[in-house]
Amino acid sequence: MEQFLQQIASGLANGAIYACVALALVMIYVSTDHINFAQGELAMFSTYISWQLMSWGAEFWVAFAVAVVFSFVMGVTIERVILRPLHNAPVLSIVVVFIGLLAICNSMAGAIWSYLIKEYPSPFPKSSFGIAGVIGPHQLGVVLVTLVVLGLLFVFFRYTSLGLAMRAAAQNPQMARLVGVRVDWMLALGWGLAASVGAVAGTMVAHIVYLDPNMMGGILLYAFASALVGGIGNPGGAVIGGFIVGVLENMVAYAGNQIEKITGVYIIGNGEKLTVALIIVIFVLTVKPAGLFGRVVVKRV
Amino acid sequence: MPAFPKKWLWILLALAFLVPLLQPLLPDVVSNYRLFLVSTMIIAAIAVLGLNLLTGFNGQISLGHSAFYAVGAYTAAILMDKLDMPYYATLPIAAVMCFIVGYLFGLPALKLEGHYLALATFALALSVPQILKYKWLEDLTGGVQGIVLSKPDVPFGLPLNEDQWLYYYCLVVMVLLYWAAANILNSRSGRAMMAIRDQYMAADTMGIDTALYKTVTFGISAAYTGIAGALSASAIAFVAPDSFNFFLSIKFLIGLVVGGVGSLAGSVVGGIFYVLVDNSAQALSTFVKNDLGLQFDLSAYTVFGIILIVLMYLMPMGIVGGVYYLVRSMRSPGAKAREQAALKQRASS
Repeated sequence: MEQFLQQIASGLANGAIYACVALALVMIYVSTDHINFAQGELAMFSTYISWQLMSWGAEFWVAFAVAVVFSFVMGVTIERVILRPLHNAPVLSIVVVFIGLLAICNSMAGAIWSYLIKEYPSPFPKSSFGIAGVIGPHQLGVVLVTLVVLGLLFVFFRYTSLGLAMRAAAQNPQMARLVGVRVDWMLALGWGLAASVGAVAGTMVAHIVYLDPNMMGGILLYAFASALVGGIGNPGGAVIGGFIVGVLENMVAYAGNQIEKITGVYIIGNGEKLTVALIIVIFVLTVKPAGLFGRVVVKRV
Repeated sequence: MPAFPKKWLWILLALAFLVPLLQPLLPDVVSNYRLFLVSTMIIAAIAVLGLNLLTGFNGQISLGHSAFYAVGAYTAAILMDKLDMPYYATLPIAAVMCFIVGYLFGLPALKLEGHYLALATFALALSVPQILKYKWLEDLTGGVQGIVLSKPDVPFGLPLNEDQWLYYYCLVVMVLLYWAAANILNSRSGRAMMAIRDQYMAADTMGIDTALYKTVTFGISAAYTGIAGALSASAIAFVAPDSFNFFLSIKFLIGLVVGGVGSLAGSVVGGIFYVLVDNSAQALSTFVKNDLGLQFDLSAYTVFGIILIVLMYLMPMGIVGGVYYLVRSMRSPGAKAREQAALKQRASS
């Protein structure tokens, strides 16, 4: 039973990270209809920035703040410089550009910081934090940080005029433009925010998966699955989807473990994590493309 | 996209067949290593050709062709390793196997388009190395270690060395596949494929069985890429799960984009291009380090990424298409005007 609770707790911690990345994906999807394949690599790059600062002697939270701000600037720059001119380009061009970004970020990180796996510290105190036997200090910290970030984002979008303007720009660009919202800049801001949220996820997960240029590959795939489960156009759904997928992932591995223990037949384990994600993605896309909380989009022919 | 002039095609082909025979005369220029490199280029060209059939001519985006390449390579490797099959007999079996896998993946893909299809195939590409390491398949696939094979032997006592024979083998396979692709595209089925790409709704209304064509195209495309995978298994004489990662799909994508989306000749150029860049990455890296004095290892993927983005701005038609239009507009400045006048006349009459 204790093991079961532990599995759920660590599933929630993973889910918090998937939720962050999924939220970043949804923020870009809602405003531009693009699926950002480079989201994970951008987050990875930001995490390396924070690692570099820490190796120069900065405190964790200072490095964290700098990385988040850096990601914001990077996100805005990428939107303004690279994606703006391709606003009306066909889907293939957009996908190709994202894949190009992914390749550049990944190989540049490898070139600057090498492909060697690095340890990444946890900012949370080891003792007297977490609930013994159920959830570790880092896992609890990750969940808390994620909830704070989500709360801040909610307040920002719900109660500030800038947040309102951004929502307007995403929902109805033409009308927003008519009432004086600078839609182009709102999209760029959305990109910046998405990159920042991704950076939070990266800095939180790096302690668990260790820092290396390919660390976000699997996480990005799980984030896609989360966003799809929650309904890709729905930010709240993406967060819930993240937690669902995180727990589900651990439960599948746990169930596989138990089955192997009882019957001695290996069916599924940690080695098949990405395959589970693939199955979730294809299942949701084909059976319920709107996800749990998404709206069914009726296209006019 | 204009058709490549037939005359030039034959000349190129004859040259390609003659080159290895020059080896005794020019041993430094036509070395065994270079012949092997050209063989890998040919294999790359076949893989890109497969991707182009799907993305360029049928409009379905795939980031997951590394998966089909892996299926082809592993089918061939397992057949050679476990059943002692000769290497040439594995090609049709790998093709059929990949056709089935591609067709099956094409079924859920029917419901997806654009970004979503890219997403599903992206997931496929990421999970394939893990699937290959699956414990129950380990007896067949050799797990993380992969399978070590032997290189194709020269048959009938022909006076060729291994690399020369591999070159001819790959070249013949590519010529056959290219010819088949050109014929498919130039038929009723090919026109249906392109109609689905250009105007899905109209194609459907005109009675084209869009579901059938899309899934079968997925299968054919996977079969092409799978044949390339099978060829590479016997060329490199080794398969391992981690060589079929997502970055392989990026390479196919760069071949597609550089050569030109929807151009058969372009696929060949694209395949040659990515192998070239991949191979000169080391030289490029030392150039950056020693001559520019920058302290980092430039990898081929930085170059690939930059090329992908820049090409989307400058030459969305790919290098082949871009150069073609550049040459045509330079050769006769009036050609474009005359062409338009002719079009107008035809429209008014």
